[in-house]
Amino acid sequence: MKAAVIVFPGSNCDRDVAVALEQASGRKPVMVWHREGDFEQVDLVVLPGGFAYGDYLRVGAMAAHSPVMREVKRRAERGVPTLGICNGFQVLTEAGLLPGALMRNASLQFVCKDVHCRIETGQSLYTSAFASGETVRWPVGHHDGNYFADRNTLDRLEGEGRIAFRYAEPDGSLTEGANPNGSARNIAGIFNETKSVLGLMPHPERLADSALGGTDGTRFFKGLVEALR
Amino acid sequence: MSPEITPNLVAEHGLTNEEYQRILKALGRAPNPTELGIFSVMWSEHCSYKSSKRWLRLLPTEAPWVIQGPGENAGVIDIGDGLAAVFKIESHNHPSFIEPYQGAATGVGGILRDVFTMGARPIANLNALRFGAPDHPKTRHLVGGVVAGIGGYGNCMGIPTVGGEVNFHPAYNGNILVNAMTVGVARADKIFYARAAGVGNPVVYVGAKTGRDGIHGATMASAEFNSDSEEKRPTVQVGDPFTEKLLLEACLELMATDAIVAIQDMGAAGLTSSSVEMAGKGGMGIELELDRVPMRETGMTPYELMLSESQERMLMVLKPEAREKARAIFEKWELDFAEIGRLTDTGRLVLRMGGATVADIPLAPLVNEAPLYDRPRAAPPAPRPFGATGLQPLTDPKSALLKLLGSPDLCSRRWIWEQYDHMVGADTMQRPGGDAAVVRVHGTQKALAMTTDCTPRYCFADPKIGGAQAVAEAWRNLVAVGAKPLAVTNNLNFGNPERPEIMGQLAGCIEGMAEACRALDFPVISGNVSLYNETEGKAILPTPVIGGVGLLEPGARMATVAFKEAGHLLLLVGDSRGHLGQSLFLRELHGREDGPPPPLDLQAERRNGEFVRAQIAAGRVAACHDVSDGGLLVALAEMAMAGGIGAELEGLNAPPAALAGLLFGEDQARYVLEVAEGDAEPLAQEAARKGVPLRRLGRVGSDALTLPGGHLISVAEMRRVHEAGLPALMGAA
Repeated sequence: MKAAVIVFPGSNCDRDVAVALEQASGRKPVMVWHREGDFEQVDLVVLPGGFAYGDYLRVGAMAAHSPVMREVKRRAERGVPTLGICNGFQVLTEAGLLPGALMRNASLQFVCKDVHCRIETGQSLYTSAFASGETVRWPVGHHDGNYFADRNTLDRLEGEGRIAFRYAEPDGSLTEGANPNGSARNIAGIFNETKSVLGLMPHPERLADSALGGTDGTRFFKGLVEALR
Repeated sequence: MSPEITPNLVAEHGLTNEEYQRILKALGRAPNPTELGIFSVMWSEHCSYKSSKRWLRLLPTEAPWVIQGPGENAGVIDIGDGLAAVFKIESHNHPSFIEPYQGAATGVGGILRDVFTMGARPIANLNALRFGAPDHPKTRHLVGGVVAGIGGYGNCMGIPTVGGEVNFHPAYNGNILVNAMTVGVARADKIFYARAAGVGNPVVYVGAKTGRDGIHGATMASAEFNSDSEEKRPTVQVGDPFTEKLLLEACLELMATDAIVAIQDMGAAGLTSSSVEMAGKGGMGIELELDRVPMRETGMTPYELMLSESQERMLMVLKPEAREKARAIFEKWELDFAEIGRLTDTGRLVLRMGGATVADIPLAPLVNEAPLYDRPRAAPPAPRPFGATGLQPLTDPKSALLKLLGSPDLCSRRWIWEQYDHMVGADTMQRPGGDAAVVRVHGTQKALAMTTDCTPRYCFADPKIGGAQAVAEAWRNLVAVGAKPLAVTNNLNFGNPERPEIMGQLAGCIEGMAEACRALDFPVISGNVSLYNETEGKAILPTPVIGGVGLLEPGARMATVAFKEAGHLLLLVGDSRGHLGQSLFLRELHGREDGPPPPLDLQAERRNGEFVRAQIAAGRVAACHDVSDGGLLVALAEMAMAGGIGAELEGLNAPPAALAGLLFGEDQARYVLEVAEGDAEPLAQEAARKGVPLRRLGRVGSDALTLPGGHLISVAEMRRVHEAGLPALMGAA
């Protein structure tokens, strides 16, 4: 499995996700600088966390129009699996590859902590290692993770099985207290129509090493690599 | 005096008449305003250490593992296998009081630059914060702004903020303290210094453009506050962490080549201090063409360009043949790159603008002949011995504990550190909330432990003991996670040194620090002095913050505070004498801040700490926590809350009159250990062999702390009170 990690100026989880991908696949991902209009053929494109271009406009808005994103969009539309984590998720919504928007957290504060996420479907290449309904522990770290979409869109996402993860209690129940940012319907991650594109706010790459206190992230990356093999 | 330079102008620059006479002598003529400005910032307290230098010399700065001690942008220590840790702490007190978000944010930006200037990739940020009384009308605004500013900068940079400390006390009502520390890692053979060399070598400016922000920041940091100080908001710089992230990556990319001769960030006093210090350290001269400085605004004068403290800028001396390679790197990162001058052999700082020479100053007097003062000092009055008179015997340990756990100085800091990205980088092994943060050295088995510590109320009661205690507590916190403490950085925050009682505090604290650093083999490798922390004549508590760094190898061997398993034994290392003077118990339960601080026995400190570290390394310790603020029962409560398990504490037995001292006394050099039954015997034998006092406290188990006499305090209730403290204070609950 060969992956590309897109590096925008201001990306800061590019190394973290590259390490997790390499550990899961045995292969170093290629790091693609934002000004590159083209890059080699890969099995997976990853948009990492961070503050692309400083996020001084709307989060992800500048990055969505960078030269490399034209190519990322072209490939995603052709079906190349594309994963956006945190800032990457924000970029995917701004680029129109995923519906909805990530607004400022309901608390108005940056939030960094472990959360529990319920796997809404094991039926995707990103989640085939998990059972539907099980919960995992992944960290979040964001100021703008409050997922918003209109009711029709939310209903459609639910109806089409395109909600990947929801913030939940460890036992899987959905509560307000489990939701770190005010996201609609506790949504933590969503797919596009074909489930080839996934955006999620949590950072599985931050708990992909027992030395850091957890390996639920390892399961995510191993499962993805397995599915793409 | 030249017509332009009036006595008023001299005074406005914070210079005394005697200092002005020195300038006249150094120049052999009257300065022009630009030259006066340059002298004023270089000779400010902030840049010249003129009141503190005499005392700073007492601090031990050497050890076989020290690669670079004080005097550079940051200190450097050897951590083995060709790697080095680079770290420093710095204050941004006055700007943060005036504009908390930007003041704190640029404090973080400044200390990050100090560390990556040395060639290190920053791996962690810490901080030490002091605010006024919780109910003071400004406190909430200041806490919210400072925390958001620290997070805003560090989070965007992608450097985890992993630790720190926060105190509240009315002495900081008019002058908060914001001290920021950065720890980085570099290759030991690739450290970059500020020592310029090579006549004719190009002087290059990189990073953000220069604007009018922050002019006279260093001078502001060297004067007392008054009620008009908030009108100084324009002197507070504005941070741009995105540009700094680009600057970090560009500098590290350039540093991987061999293009750089010398490099210095433009921090306090901006272009002035960076150019003067680089040329001065190398014994060179320097000429700058100020027209070439990238400017954000039009019509900037030489005075403004030299004194601006615009952020995210660096000055470097390059090898001439490396110019184009360097330019290409900075263009890739979309940063300004401008050759603004060259090194000379004249020993002078020469500035040109618009074809005219606008300043011409001999560097030697500017750098070396800053006035030094041995200011008069008054020894602080010895604290009156603490008498337990009037203290009723403790009958309700439960409510006393709950009150302490919810008090501003002891309640959970979660509300703060959840606003800091403390995990980015995916190397944070021990997150905030423990004794010390532990961050892995990327790609290795090594980890660095780090902490910041100071107990200002001890320093106020007895500066010498307080200074020593700050060092000892930092050392103890590193030991408690299993690390070998290696070195410290310090941030000396005091009032106006022109007052003898403040100088007495400063001198006393440094003497105490020096003694403890020597006794614990814990040299000082960098630091910062922040004086004039007063508003309208009211000084802060003396606050010499210690930032300590230690090495854990392998990192996986670290200890944490959380109780692990029911049935394990709990042991107390160290002597308990029940010292209540200056304790939080006394303050929070009885409204008294009196008596001497707990005495410090540095030999016992070292003996007990080395014992604990050896036991952790031997794998005999399931959990470890040092005993500090709030005493033994608070330490046990913190361990229980972290682990979500209680303990039966039958060993906490004392006659009624001595119970408060046993539960809440703040005797030093103590640790609580959780040990499996099978490890207790060898551990006790070793303690006996080393002469380390060991006392059995009880066993881990159940969902409450149970004290003799049937007092039962549930973990859930402790957590509720502990977690509610800060949100309630911030109005978020």
